[in-house]
Amino acid sequence: MTTPLLSLQGLTKAYPGVVANDTVSFDIGQGEVHALLGENGAGKSTLVKMIYGLVKPDSGKMVLNGQPFAPAEPRAARADGIAMVFQHFSLFDALNVAENIALGMENPPKMGDLAARIREVSETYGLPLDPYRTVGDLSAGERQRVEIIRCLLQDPKLLIMDEPTSVLTPQEVDILFETLQKLRSEGTSILYISHKLEEIRTLCDHATILRLGKNVGECIPAETSARDMAEMMVGSTLQTPERGGRDFGEVALDISGLSVPSPSEFGTALRNLHLTVRRGEVLGVGGVAGNGQDELLGVLSGEITTAPDAVKMNGQPIGKLGPTARRKLGLLSAPEERLGHAAAPDMSLTENALLTGSVREGLESNGFLKWGETQSFAERIIEEFDVRTPGPDNAARSLSGGNLQKFVIGREVLQNPDVLVVNQPTWGVDAAAAASIRQAILDLAAKGTAVVCISQDLDELMEISDSFAALNEGRLSAPRETTGLTVDEIGLMMGGAHGMEVAHV
Amino acid sequence: MDLSAINPVLLIASLMVAATPILLAAIGELVVEKAGVLNLGVEGMMIVGAISGFAITVESGSPWLGFLASAIGGALLSLLFVVLTQVALANQVASGLALTLFGLGLSSLMGQSYVGIKPPQMGKLDIPVLTDLPVIGPILFGHDPILYLGIALTAAVWALLKYTRVGLVLRAVGENHDAAHALGYKVVRIRIMAIMFGGACAGLGGAYISLIRVPQWTEGMTAGVGWIALALVVFASWKPWRALLGAYLFGGVTVVQLNLQAAGVAIPVEYLAMSPYLITIFVLVLLSRDKSGAPASLGRIFHATH
Repeated sequence: MTTPLLSLQGLTKAYPGVVANDTVSFDIGQGEVHALLGENGAGKSTLVKMIYGLVKPDSGKMVLNGQPFAPAEPRAARADGIAMVFQHFSLFDALNVAENIALGMENPPKMGDLAARIREVSETYGLPLDPYRTVGDLSAGERQRVEIIRCLLQDPKLLIMDEPTSVLTPQEVDILFETLQKLRSEGTSILYISHKLEEIRTLCDHATILRLGKNVGECIPAETSARDMAEMMVGSTLQTPERGGRDFGEVALDISGLSVPSPSEFGTALRNLHLTVRRGEVLGVGGVAGNGQDELLGVLSGEITTAPDAVKMNGQPIGKLGPTARRKLGLLSAPEERLGHAAAPDMSLTENALLTGSVREGLESNGFLKWGETQSFAERIIEEFDVRTPGPDNAARSLSGGNLQKFVIGREVLQNPDVLVVNQPTWGVDAAAAASIRQAILDLAAKGTAVVCISQDLDELMEISDSFAALNEGRLSAPRETTGLTVDEIGLMMGGAHGMEVAHV
Repeated sequence: MDLSAINPVLLIASLMVAATPILLAAIGELVVEKAGVLNLGVEGMMIVGAISGFAITVESGSPWLGFLASAIGGALLSLLFVVLTQVALANQVASGLALTLFGLGLSSLMGQSYVGIKPPQMGKLDIPVLTDLPVIGPILFGHDPILYLGIALTAAVWALLKYTRVGLVLRAVGENHDAAHALGYKVVRIRIMAIMFGGACAGLGGAYISLIRVPQWTEGMTAGVGWIALALVVFASWKPWRALLGAYLFGGVTVVQLNLQAAGVAIPVEYLAMSPYLITIFVLVLLSRDKSGAPASLGRIFHATH
């Protein structure tokens, strides 16, 4: 083998209280698609930030093409041919595509020339884009194209992609992979970060697995089973949730012909929405983020009120009721955004337990709060859902994302809802904890709760839901039984490839 | 009541003078807000600029040096806001209010020995032929240089924001400071420059009141102009030419209602006095219906976490 493009040697980076990377070493070859695998918190992001010059390593060194490489800032890394597509898009909503791309370049040409080049490159790689559209109006897949084209315009030697497929439909994923394969054939190396193992098996030549900041092994993905890789990531055997066969009861939640505008400027309006969920049924709602998920949750939780008859629970009109009134009736919800929506970041876990639990758990009387009972409620959540925290007096902000997610879901599950609505219940949670959250949802359904689970993780929806529907531009497809549904069918329900086409090679 | 006493040519010429302090302050604040910072200290920076400019003009005899000093004075005061909000990461609203109160107090202290003095006047533009033209002459070619500077600054800020890379980076920082940081732009440095530019413009606007519009020094003489400028930026949807339009509208209605008062129109003075505020707000609210939103990071504290 020739000299590797980039060689990492003993990189270490510590933050107060945690070693994010502990003497990590591996090589990325020329024209190789190299996967970086690991759970959340395994140190993948810190590692790529060091390569991209956003974070300086405490010790260790990097060698790029035989030369020592220590970028002081992203600009220097870009100058050396490193480009990065971020997990959370680093785009500016109010600016247009061309302006966004110009911001990511060192010496951008004039706007007119740049627009022409964007058209040219986007056509070549099968990622059509109008340079003058405002980014805030684009779909998640189109936004990702903006980021990729921003990188491609700089002829990168190494392209870093941080969880690129988490926001794409299966068809869009196929097109992205063809683009990446074309890049590889042109000699570009790709560092591909993901925890979706099947993707890595189809795409990547080589994989490095991180666990708790350490390099715990390497493998050739095509020759390793997904289960083996998962167990290397987690470091233990995985349990899959079990679902018992059960009968569905009466219709618990019924929405018919609902249309509501979005409360936010770049949101998606819901259009002519129909759905029914029976007692004991788990309805999975898939779809790419930004197609009306937040609005659907708002309509169900009561944050967005509608005509009284549009939303019915157990036959009773509840469209006009706010969240507290709905909680009283037994409809609970857990939104996606943990800090600021599902939990108040600077308040303690006890206080957060009170915020949604006061009605059903009887935590207040005559306007006075019962702190003692609230605290034991919070302690119960922490114990039953294995929330890792020193105690209920800690602020919600101090918990890691996965732990806070367990707390937020546990808080609703323990209140024994009649209808539970969750959005992205296992987002950012490690595999073991995700399995236990899914098990808790299934157990709840087995006891007769109607569950609406909105998620972007299709595997998760296939695992726990009885019927599946997809949101696409604010419209909900007709629900179908989950058993026997193929990935292609799901992809079409999610809206297909959004006008993408295969690369013109 | 004698409406014929109102001379339309003089009216237009004087509305331009009345509008210039608001315009200068508003253009500065517009740049600050485009960079994502909400500085409510405009009033304070204006009054400090007013007394700095006044004092230096009286001491040196040169209004040019005075205006330069007012810009420096405003920018220096804005550095206090920089330390509070960009270094100590304090709340921008509270820091801005504190800046205004501090500026008002500081200016009365600085101005104690300047009350009742008349400053040397700045010459007016005098182009042979052009200035002597009827109607157009006094309106277009008969003003002091700072008034033209205000218009030139509006054009320059507009072009900078729309056509240059510096302007693009500035807007990007105001739109999404985390993304700008991830792309390697110096968010804090860019914001500090913008805040100081805003301070300098507010200072110029203040000195325009104390050196040209009034011209003398009295305590608290900016009398809320800074707040009008702040409101103007919002109602102008962060667009420079609309800020100019708003400033001229406000200046215009102010001058007209003063003339009407002098002419003895049978409307109670209180209604006339509130008319500039009402009309300006009404017109700009109508104009800003197109929902061109505020910079998305406006007023949010930027903390670079890695």
